[in-house]
Amino acid sequence: MEGLHPKPVNYKFFTPTMIVLSIIALNGIIFLLLRFIFGVGEITNLNQQYPWGIWNAVNKAGGIALAAGGFTTAALSHVMNRKYYHIVVRPALLAAMIGYSFAAFAVFFDIGRWYYIWHPIVFWNPNSALFEVGICVMIYLTVLYIEFLPIVYERFSGKVNLPGILKGLNNLFEKLLKVMENTLSKTMFVFFIAGVVLSTLHQSSLGTLMVIAGEKMHPLWQTPILPLLFLLSAIGVGFPVVMFEHLITARSFKAKPDMAVLRRLGSLVPPILFVYLAFKIGDLVIRGTFVYLTDFNMQSVMFMIEIIIGVAIPLRMFLSRSVLNSPLWLFIASSLVVFGVLLNRFNTFIIAYHPPYAQGYYYPSFGELSISIGLIALFVVLFRLGIMIFPIVTLQENKNSHHLHTQSGDAK
Amino acid sequence: MKNSTRRDFFKSAAIIGAVTAGAAATAKASPENILSDDRKGVLVDTTVCIGCRHCEWACKTAHNLPVGDLADYQNRDVFKEKRRPDTNVLTVVNEYSNTKKELLPIDVKFQCMHCDHPACVSACIVAAFTKLENGTVVWDGDKCIGCRYCMIACPFQIPTFEYKEALSPDIMKCDLCIARTQGGLLPACVEICPMEVMTYGPRSEVIKLARERISLYPEKYKNYIYGEKEVGGTSWVYIAKKDMPELGMPKLKHATAPGVSESIQHGIFSYFVPPIALYSLLGGMMWLTKKRQEMD
Repeated sequence: MEGLHPKPVNYKFFTPTMIVLSIIALNGIIFLLLRFIFGVGEITNLNQQYPWGIWNAVNKAGGIALAAGGFTTAALSHVMNRKYYHIVVRPALLAAMIGYSFAAFAVFFDIGRWYYIWHPIVFWNPNSALFEVGICVMIYLTVLYIEFLPIVYERFSGKVNLPGILKGLNNLFEKLLKVMENTLSKTMFVFFIAGVVLSTLHQSSLGTLMVIAGEKMHPLWQTPILPLLFLLSAIGVGFPVVMFEHLITARSFKAKPDMAVLRRLGSLVPPILFVYLAFKIGDLVIRGTFVYLTDFNMQSVMFMIEIIIGVAIPLRMFLSRSVLNSPLWLFIASSLVVFGVLLNRFNTFIIAYHPPYAQGYYYPSFGELSISIGLIALFVVLFRLGIMIFPIVTLQENKNSHHLHTQSGDAK
Repeated sequence: MKNSTRRDFFKSAAIIGAVTAGAAATAKASPENILSDDRKGVLVDTTVCIGCRHCEWACKTAHNLPVGDLADYQNRDVFKEKRRPDTNVLTVVNEYSNTKKELLPIDVKFQCMHCDHPACVSACIVAAFTKLENGTVVWDGDKCIGCRYCMIACPFQIPTFEYKEALSPDIMKCDLCIARTQGGLLPACVEICPMEVMTYGPRSEVIKLARERISLYPEKYKNYIYGEKEVGGTSWVYIAKKDMPELGMPKLKHATAPGVSESIQHGIFSYFVPPIALYSLLGGMMWLTKKRQEMD
């Protein structure tokens, strides 16, 4: 298995699923255009009481949390030198790179004055948690692109073949790739560590964001350890989201998932989830906020779903041998963790937020949902495109099927 | 990775250390929250207010907002619902029933409170909000990116966003008529009020005045000055017959609104020590595990 190297997957791109996803993405893009023509107010249900909606909760906070696979696998494989897990590193890196780009893009269309998106670089406010998140994400996105460069080099080195009049530039590009490879191979470790440090910083600061909302936040979620909880849940979702992606990728290309790696990765999950759950429950007990659980209103029910279905059940599942050995159960368990963390972000930014003069609740509009879901669909399409262009995944051919052909196959 | 030597490692680590130390030095230079002893405040005596809403009219006129006819403001039907400041109404008067004297309802004016430790100033990603020396909290449209984090942060739910503006939406809130006060004039609402509900002056003086009134007419007022201590103190302070939370004001603690958030932020970034320490720790870990692997 160690001998296998990632290769671009050669497979049919437009499967029925891809066509459906592309249509959903297109619908989102149409609403995105409408947002720029008519403004944020026209296509969202945001108002003076609820200034932040699902774009912030799902596409930014949720997207960044689910892109945590990038830094957790980098920490495991590069910082702790557990090369055994190398097959999950590149897919996680690609997912993080696209995920963070999308989160940054979500900021771009959510803010009222999108053309001022560069302002935080010039106008600093170190007191602001949002400023820290913004700067950290900007730097980390750059680090992710740099970490991706060796894959670009591997793909194109010696193969640069521009058509027509650009032919003369082939040599130049080859030389550039060479220089890049030489400099990067010596300095890459700097970026690996920087990526992990930057991630811990902004993953936690995303939690600090809502601390300043004070009593506008429901006490079940409002806590001074919110940044710690955000960091722990991001680390906790890191490996499950990578397993989730691996299992979907393998299934979609009719290949065999690498259960040996997944099993070991899965056995790393329970300790992290346990620490997260312990802090979450400990926080309830210490602040005495568990009394709100008996309210049986939307907040308490959502909190229970988040904790039980999103953390406790998958924690128990990952402890079971038979779950770790079954691709299906492993898929269910990791999906639950992904769901739990996504729901936590949704709860923290939407369900918990109830300002003093609120009239009613916030529901996302059709346009908001279209853009939000459209971007998730576009993420899947781009991820698939990425692994078909670049050497990202290492797939084992499924003995029962002949659908997968790497590189020189005769795929339809 | 394979070619990297120990020397390379330390060289790069040193460069990164130097860069972050430089950044730390500039970050420290960010402005402190100025709280001048002469900062101005406004005392609102809700027991005098008759709900004529002249202040709303004057406010709109002073800020070039669509204003309408002053005579229309006599219409008391607007009191049927509790209104909030919005993008084209920076101050509103709401009416609350007086259980003891049905015919004398209590009218309360709402606007930005101009906190002494404003959450918006602390939260804003680009420092578009400033607490000026005279106590006014102002917004700078040349910096604002329209992220609406100030609206999340404000404990009084005051800043509003021009959602209908496609190209250049503004954050709208009371600016305590900074353009007028800098020219020696009174804020428009204070100046027009026929009942002299509001008293504009040094904050310490208006609080003294509030205390005098309460002690002179103890039967007329609840012995409490709302805004003196709330979220660390606000420029606007209120005295009333009832508790202000019964009259539409939020019930707030005395700790400043941005306090917890800022101490977390400053804890994580105190002179960049924690990030640099984490970086060194991970670097050490990387070097050790690599060495161990090479020995195997």
